[in-house]
Amino acid sequence: MDNLISTDHLTKIYNLGDFEIHALREIDISIQKNEFVAIMGPSGSGKSTFMNILGCLDRPTKGSYFLEGEDISHFDRNGLARIRNLKIGFVFQTFNLLSRTTALENVELPLLYNGANIKNRDEKARKALSMVGLEGRENHYPNQLSGGQQQRVAIARSLVNDPAIILADEPTGNLDTRTSIEVMEIFQSLNEKGITIILITHEKDIAAFAKRNIAFRDGRIVKDEIVKSPNKAKELLLSLPPVEEDEIA
Amino acid sequence: MRYLQIIRIAYRALNRNKMRSSLTMLGIIIGVGAVIAMVGIGQGAKKMVDAQIASLGDNLLTIFPGSHTAGGVHGGAGTVTRLTEDDAKAITQFCPAITKISPVVRTNAQVVAGNLNWGTSVEGYSPDFVSIRSWPVASGTFFTDQDVRGATKVCVLGKTIVDNLFPDQDPVGQIIRIKKLPFRVIGVMSSKGQNAFGRDQDDLVLVPYTTAQKKLMGVTYVNSIIASANDRTEIDLASDQITQLLRQRHRIQTGEADDFTVRSQLDIASVAGSTSQVMTILLGAIASVSLIVGGIGIMNIMLVSVTERTREIGIRMAVGAKGKDILTQFLVESIVLSLFGGIIGILLGVISSKIISGVLSWPIYISPPAVAIAFFFSGFVGIFFGFYPARKASMLDPIEALRYE
Repeated sequence: MDNLISTDHLTKIYNLGDFEIHALREIDISIQKNEFVAIMGPSGSGKSTFMNILGCLDRPTKGSYFLEGEDISHFDRNGLARIRNLKIGFVFQTFNLLSRTTALENVELPLLYNGANIKNRDEKARKALSMVGLEGRENHYPNQLSGGQQQRVAIARSLVNDPAIILADEPTGNLDTRTSIEVMEIFQSLNEKGITIILITHEKDIAAFAKRNIAFRDGRIVKDEIVKSPNKAKELLLSLPPVEEDEIA
Repeated sequence: MRYLQIIRIAYRALNRNKMRSSLTMLGIIIGVGAVIAMVGIGQGAKKMVDAQIASLGDNLLTIFPGSHTAGGVHGGAGTVTRLTEDDAKAITQFCPAITKISPVVRTNAQVVAGNLNWGTSVEGYSPDFVSIRSWPVASGTFFTDQDVRGATKVCVLGKTIVDNLFPDQDPVGQIIRIKKLPFRVIGVMSSKGQNAFGRDQDDLVLVPYTTAQKKLMGVTYVNSIIASANDRTEIDLASDQITQLLRQRHRIQTGEADDFTVRSQLDIASVAGSTSQVMTILLGAIASVSLIVGGIGIMNIMLVSVTERTREIGIRMAVGAKGKDILTQFLVESIVLSLFGGIIGILLGVISSKIISGVLSWPIYISPPAVAIAFFFSGFVGIFFGFYPARKASMLDPIEALRYE
């Protein structure tokens, strides 16, 4: 199997003047293509730092990080920006959509930074929105969408460049149970289409949808196991009583 | 088109805060407007002075008798009266760069017509006066060489004299008395108005210089000589030729100072020109200060905007915007702001200059280069004052920026 991600003694130390914080202590891990990994751990365990480094937002203090076989731990700011643009899609807890910008334009945002032409951009963005089930809402503004819909726009944005991985940082943290499961359903269906997904969560229920669970504590991996039979979000949704979605659309 | 996209994003960002954007622009609008109006006033003044100097006559040279020096004591200009009619004749004969020449004989006299009288300047010239001063006759004729040879008692009146002595009749053909001698009026000069120093140029009576010398003053000298060079480029040459000739005629030894002065139109024009140039620069500089203050306003608001939109910057960076992309975005925003302000400022400047020139009747000249410079300068202000905030935005750490509340 080819390693999509592999790290070698990945270490991150924050220097706070008088003392140092070891956020990550020599992490060695590899993640294959088409995995669905949930990373768990209490706050301060280093999972966010790990995520930031995987997402090329931050650089390790020591050790290496190989993405698709390329050591990118020494890339400069512009190099990392290019990797983020082409290979990584982010989904955040707080959605992080640009307000007063339509759903379609939010999804187009990553395409602005790799020189795609207008026609191409529009086409790709519409396709990504339909993949998350938001056809017909292209011209809605974030404040006209429910939380679940906003998160789906964010997922569409992360998809639009055909990234190697989608990194989701507590994507269900601001959503109710039902909407959370809906979002996980989208992740599962994307994963079935071959997209690698890594998500951070502190909810066991959410982690149960993933195929592999990794737990962090004090900058070290304390648990790394394959989930024998991940929950199927689709089935779970059917078992839930139908709720009238309070759409603001 | 990528640039179009960037400009659209900038326009939208500015449109989001209409009040703030327009107040920021107001600084630039006032700055550019002030520069346009002030430089317009300065250049208008320069144009007016230039026009007045040109109205004295093209390629004009004036020869004044110089200072008299005795035993190391220098008298002032005109302390010797050594210029004569013969000097003038010699200049016509021996200075090829000179086409027209006229001696000037000047006196003050009371002029009487019927029961009206008027104290004025009576000036004697040759018929070349008309072309040297480029000052045409409005009605009647000017005196001729024959009048000069015969020292006839004819005169041509300035407009002011006509207004005072012949308020409601045609003066041509009438008789006026100058120093009790009867003169026949043969013409009236066109009106020339005030000169650059506020003197009424139409308040004079013109007579043949021989008449002035023999009949009115009883002298043989002339006060000065005016001449015109063939061409603007030959003014210096003409001046040299006159100087050489007069030194010879006045038997001035090498090393001794001239007893006359040759002054050209260009000398006067350059002095007056540089005066109004200084004024233009001064006004422009004062106005530029407000443009710079406007620029600081832009910088201030862009800094606020960068802080406010930290999260947006974080999002853009997370999806792959490079520092350069963020820098461009904010820089374009401030340039759009300042150029747009610049355009409105130019309009405001032009309109306010028109109002000033209308109300105060000041001459105002809006030169296209001044407008272009103001426009580009406002763009430059946008770049200069927008760069620091834009750079600050581009240097943000994406993680910090995403976390910003």
